[in-house]
Amino acid sequence: MYKRYKTSSFLQAVPFILPSFIGLICFSLVPIITSFVISMSSWDGLTRLTLFTDINGFFNKFFTGFDNYSEIIRSKEFWKVLRNTLYFIVLYLPLILISSILVGNILNKKYRGIGFFRVLYYIPVLTSWVAGALIWKWVLSPEYGIINEILALFGIEGPKWLQSEVWAMPAIVLASIWKDVGYFGLIFLGGLQSINPTYYEAAEIDGASGWQKFRHITLPLLSPVTFFVMIVCIINSFQLFPQVMVMTKDAGPNGATQVFVERIYKYAFKYHKMGYAAALSWVLFAIIFIFTAIQLRMQKRWVYYDD
Amino acid sequence: MMISRRCRKFLGAVSFYIFGSLVALVILIPFFWMIITSLKSKGALLSIPVEWIPKEPSLNAYKKIFTLEGFSSSIFNSFYLAVTTSLVQILSAAMAAYAFSKIQFKGRESLFKIYLATMMIPFQVVFIPLFIVMTSLKLTNNLSAFMLLQLFNPFAIFMLRQKMMTISDSFIEAAIIDGANQFQIFWKVILPLSSGILATLGVMAFMGSWNDYLFPLVMLSDKKKFTLPLILSALQGQYTNDYNLLMAGSLISILPILIVYMFAQKYFRSGLQIGGVKG
Repeated sequence: MYKRYKTSSFLQAVPFILPSFIGLICFSLVPIITSFVISMSSWDGLTRLTLFTDINGFFNKFFTGFDNYSEIIRSKEFWKVLRNTLYFIVLYLPLILISSILVGNILNKKYRGIGFFRVLYYIPVLTSWVAGALIWKWVLSPEYGIINEILALFGIEGPKWLQSEVWAMPAIVLASIWKDVGYFGLIFLGGLQSINPTYYEAAEIDGASGWQKFRHITLPLLSPVTFFVMIVCIINSFQLFPQVMVMTKDAGPNGATQVFVERIYKYAFKYHKMGYAAALSWVLFAIIFIFTAIQLRMQKRWVYYDD
Repeated sequence: MMISRRCRKFLGAVSFYIFGSLVALVILIPFFWMIITSLKSKGALLSIPVEWIPKEPSLNAYKKIFTLEGFSSSIFNSFYLAVTTSLVQILSAAMAAYAFSKIQFKGRESLFKIYLATMMIPFQVVFIPLFIVMTSLKLTNNLSAFMLLQLFNPFAIFMLRQKMMTISDSFIEAAIIDGANQFQIFWKVILPLSSGILATLGVMAFMGSWNDYLFPLVMLSDKKKFTLPLILSALQGQYTNDYNLLMAGSLISILPILIVYMFAQKYFRSGLQIGGVKG
């Protein structure tokens, strides 16, 4: 019986595989290939193109080879977008790491009222980015927003936030931290819970202070989680989109919040340069790939695996 | 000098409440401002000094937003999409995971590797051609497109396969002796035994669909088909300064997912912890 079951045939697997296999072909493999083909064309998105279009005719009319790619690399805008994204990462990454380690530590305690904090910290995670971004746009309104109102209580004159070239990106960073801290706090909570408590007990017997325990036990043992969070954060940073679209409709003063996905979307559906947009999406993929590969290489230097 | 144990415990509790409340405060301020603003009249929005508590609270923004074209239907659309796409996603993923974990067939491992490899390509690379695919299938402005897209979700397949591999083959053998066919085994043995992870993935898919922005933005242009995030961003263009309206709409969009969260906290938490949340 068992034997017959184990050698059960291809035919038995087909009905189970079929739905996802159709999805794989139609909504993953075909789009990936199509995306690459379009990226080598000057297709405008206005001339009708479906999967059933005559490919030869399409190529005769639109084929441009790697022109889009070289145009991207030579454009000033690309470097600005890359700079904006790196600026976002430089501000966002340290702040999100610190704040979510803090939140993870808070959530790890078993005092009364922890249930309340737990529910509360996740509300921004549950909130859609569009709603969250609308809220932040209004909260950061220079004249009528509550943030500058609070700053004024301390005698500080708040900046013009989204209307200022300097402060637009930090404003996006603030909103993103608020949105993500519960999520990454939860990830760190998982890491903290997996640390063996005997380490702390031993350290206490040796008279270690709270800070020493945190510095020499918690941080090293948390480093695999920190590494994971860093990778996810950097990938997410390159894919920044709804907050930028909703908070800064025209990508901020002087393009201060122009980022990759926002550019890709606008080139494709607003400026009718589908080919250019597709090429830019592959450049984005390459950049994410390189950044992730570098991090994977660097991890040996600082990530500590406790076996 | 050593601090006594009790004293240290007390300090721990104090710092917990101080930091905990501080973070809570920072998280709550924007929501506080959202609720306050939604209760203001349009005139009170732009009063200086800013009114921390509205002098004449009113529910007009809530009344008005339901009269706007596409708002009521967007709530229905968001619900419809969240429910259908999560069902399609977990059902299709569970079927594939069953085949990949419990049915031997030639090429199984290589096919699974192809499935996994597609996870490397970010959604941003394929959304333009996806638009073309959906146009070819005449599915733009059609909510079925979102269901079709969920037929293939390698992350869900991977998670479910991990779970199903831990299910002992003796369950399946027993079912075969009882005369069950593959579908009965899948439906009556495997699915119930994977219910925890199914619920977790379902809840995450629900939330992902409820909050999705980029794909609906590309696919839908008919206001009657809009989802909540889409109508909110459209209203922003139309009623740029009517923040009482926009904040009322935001609050309405948050409430349903908050209610789902209250009932399914456990699954949300495990879902967030296994990672892979989009956007």
